[in-house]
Amino acid sequence: MIPWLLEALQCLMTLILAPVLIGFVRLLKARLQGRRGAPLVQPYRDLAKLLGKERVVSTQASWIFRAAPLVLFASTLVASLLIPLVAAPLPFDRVGDLIVVVYLLLLGTFFLALAGLDTGSPFGGMGASREMTIAALAEPTIALAIFGMGAGAGSTNLGEIVARTLANPGSTLSSGHLMAFAALFIVMLAECGRLPVDNPATHLELTMIHEAMILEYSGPYLALLEWAAQMKFFLFLALLCNLVCPWGVAVALRPGTLSVAVATLIIKLAVLAIGIALLETRLAKLRLFRVPELLGVSFLLALLAITTSFLVR
Amino acid sequence: MPPSFEVIGFLGIMAVSYIAAAAAALLFEDDRARRVTGLLSAAGALSGMGAAALGLAAGRSSVLELPSALPEAALEFSLDALSAAYLILIGLVAVPAAIYSLGYGPERAVGAVDGALGRHSTGWRPARAIVPLFLLAMSLVVLANSVFTFLLFWEVMSLASYFLVIGRGDSPENLSAGRWYAGMAHAGFAAIAAALWLAAAGTEAGRFEEIRQAAGMLAPAARHAVFLLALLGFGSKAGVLPLHAWLPRAHPAAPSHVSALMSGVMLKIGMYGLLRVGLDLLGGGPPWWGGLVLALGVVSALGGILSALVENDLKRLLAYSSVENIGIIFIAVGIGLVFQSYGMAGLASMALAAALYHAINHAAFKGLLFLGSGAVLQATGTRNMEEMGGLIKRMPQTALCFLVGSTAIAALPPLNGFASEWMIFQSLLAGAAIPYPLMAAMMAIAAGTLALTGGLAAVCFVKAFGIPFLAMPRTAAAEEAREVPRTMRLGMGLLASACVLLGVLPFAAAPILSRAFFGMPGLSDTPAAFRLGLVMEAGAGASAISPTALALCLLAAGGAIPLAFRLAGSSRALRRAETWGCGRAVQSPRMEYTSTAFAEPLRRVFADLYRPAKTLDIEFHPESKYFVRSIQYQSRIRAWFEDAVYRPLFGLARPLAGTGRLIQSGSLHLYIAYIVAALLALLLLARWM
Repeated sequence: MIPWLLEALQCLMTLILAPVLIGFVRLLKARLQGRRGAPLVQPYRDLAKLLGKERVVSTQASWIFRAAPLVLFASTLVASLLIPLVAAPLPFDRVGDLIVVVYLLLLGTFFLALAGLDTGSPFGGMGASREMTIAALAEPTIALAIFGMGAGAGSTNLGEIVARTLANPGSTLSSGHLMAFAALFIVMLAECGRLPVDNPATHLELTMIHEAMILEYSGPYLALLEWAAQMKFFLFLALLCNLVCPWGVAVALRPGTLSVAVATLIIKLAVLAIGIALLETRLAKLRLFRVPELLGVSFLLALLAITTSFLVR
Repeated sequence: MPPSFEVIGFLGIMAVSYIAAAAAALLFEDDRARRVTGLLSAAGALSGMGAAALGLAAGRSSVLELPSALPEAALEFSLDALSAAYLILIGLVAVPAAIYSLGYGPERAVGAVDGALGRHSTGWRPARAIVPLFLLAMSLVVLANSVFTFLLFWEVMSLASYFLVIGRGDSPENLSAGRWYAGMAHAGFAAIAAALWLAAAGTEAGRFEEIRQAAGMLAPAARHAVFLLALLGFGSKAGVLPLHAWLPRAHPAAPSHVSALMSGVMLKIGMYGLLRVGLDLLGGGPPWWGGLVLALGVVSALGGILSALVENDLKRLLAYSSVENIGIIFIAVGIGLVFQSYGMAGLASMALAAALYHAINHAAFKGLLFLGSGAVLQATGTRNMEEMGGLIKRMPQTALCFLVGSTAIAALPPLNGFASEWMIFQSLLAGAAIPYPLMAAMMAIAAGTLALTGGLAAVCFVKAFGIPFLAMPRTAAAEEAREVPRTMRLGMGLLASACVLLGVLPFAAAPILSRAFFGMPGLSDTPAAFRLGLVMEAGAGASAISPTALALCLLAAGGAIPLAFRLAGSSRALRRAETWGCGRAVQSPRMEYTSTAFAEPLRRVFADLYRPAKTLDIEFHPESKYFVRSIQYQSRIRAWFEDAVYRPLFGLARPLAGTGRLIQSGSLHLYIAYIVAALLALLLLARWM
């Protein structure tokens, strides 16, 4: 019974905290730019409003258009069962490892790109093409980071990686570990459509990527997409925190340790969110064809991380 | 050990059905020929699978020698676990392809959309007879137990597929593809023959057992030569870079169910040959053998998918993607050989099982995608994706099958492509434990490439599904497309379910994968390094996933979400409206993103590899150059790589061919004289020896 409750807790936390996290980043950015900004709970209000609106579906669209939001949301939700947010190892630890998490997120992107093409709108196609390009170019970095962590822990299962880092705290300060963190951070910016890769606030036709792909969506469908994107951001950040700095994650399932775990997770996420808000106020969006260079840097960092880990062992 | 009665029975039924299928194609009239040939071929493939199942269950090899006057030319077959695994792989594609062929008409000329040319027009009869012979030859290659038998049926296999590629021989495109194929297949044959004869030099009759025993006594240089020649010959059949040039030409030219067999099965026969010679007969070698195979795999995987990405011809795209997948398989075979040479028996078994798993999975999804492309071709009369669009509404079931294949080949969970690529990644990860930093670093780079390939494959198959099937039809032909006959849909449906089952229930493949390498030198017979159960485990249980549970979770989540939304009181109002077009009045297919445009960002990113050539002609208005009358944009990607490799070879071969032509007069009398002369020379030689 307890394991199921734990998984349900992870799921609920992802569903509930993801919009607040986005709200927090937006609020911080607004303050840094000298605006007052919307309150923390604004994303909830947006979602609630979208839920009550009608869906407008293009006459050209097929069932792919209607299925894509479901696939995206479901795959993101399942990923939240696998990532150790508050406890490790999770009961579902052996259902999916880090590779599964990454490819589950890619599954959602795949269907969303198809939906972008489905309406026949030039923007949808453009967004789909760009989003898939960036996702493809981010893949090798992710794989190398997984390879490095997996080689260190002897396993790609997240519970094992977290346990190994906890048992061996010195390893987190090794150059390999830090470079893997930097590489994954860059990939996170790309995958979640943050600056400098994509501007989540833009609706200027030719610069948008993610927003172009979902331009035709409205009502509850759009709510699903927005929520899934927020969850993906939340999960990526949580993954970054807990892989690199797993302290606070509960190894024994007691109410005390779990509440500590939730509190530390929130603190860690807040620190990362502040970092992202600072970064996004300082950086301008890159031209699309400069993005591969950024991803190339992340790939090189990951490659360095791995080779150093081979040389120093 | 002689085979059991049942095995002989199944193999006999297999051979008889295939031969009867070929005969039926020649004897009967059009529609009946199609039906009888298709059903008999399916029966043949099924009995082959039956024999294979018995062979796997027996867990030992059984040898069957056919009586013959000459001991050197005796036909000898053996059914061991590896042959059994490949017989199953052949059947996996052959049965659906045979069912599909029941409804599949001759391919219409590209661009022609005439109903009169549809499925009831007369096909070229011999072509239909060759398909079962092709299947028989492939089955006998994997069963061959002597050099002579192997080479004989290898050549029959190559020739049969050559005739299927050129078809009636009236299309210059097919004839050119056929020339490429024939040339490279025979160069490959020469290399394979040289390798096998070299390995069999000291033996009496060239039986595989004899070679196995003699291989230990071979000089190291001879062993290396055998391996390299075998890699050259089998690599060219498998289509690894840079020996792939025939593949994207020949596979699209053949009828689509034959393309499915060529890409899904025949390439794997090349992989079989490499395993049989390198691993079984030679018993493995130094680490650089595996390293070389691994490097070839990395290059092929990346080169194949990059070529597929910019392709607009649906069948050529699929053919290039086969190069990519063969590359992935070679990566896994390479790691297996590396592990084996370091004496890491358990890990070697895991990597080779992963290679075989991906080979079986690729047979399922590539077979499916080629069948799907054939359905699209039959419905629209074109292979050019820029002329399709909107087919999901006109051919919903074909579209669903094609979507399953695309998702599987993009290695997305929970389908089969993901399961095997996960195992290959785990094998690479285990390779990080190899104590030589260079080899370990190679594993890391291979892992990065594998991931890049996977990502690019996802882009490629968003395009391959999205452009033909989604949005609005781009031409009248696509507008008028209709769903294909039921038998064709059944063929595709079978393979689509195979993709789902092999991914969601990986333990279904476990009996094949855990036994296929039984008794091979340097591998563990009870591989503890991996386990395929409800939970898939790799690296002796260190890493684990459960595709079954994952699929259930996804289904549950997908079902719960709409329910939860309804409970939360979300609006259910739905309105149909035109796609937003920036205020334009009419939505037209010209506004859609094209296949070329979709691949454009990656074409720019990898411009150094593609070296695209473009011409831009702008005609300005005479009044002012701010007004444009017409813009013509042309962009081409030349296969500079092939030019660089093959041009010099052609330059070398042409004078030789000119010399050879001197003795080819075309006169029958002269050829008879040649035969008599050759016979005399041989008799004299025999006397003198």
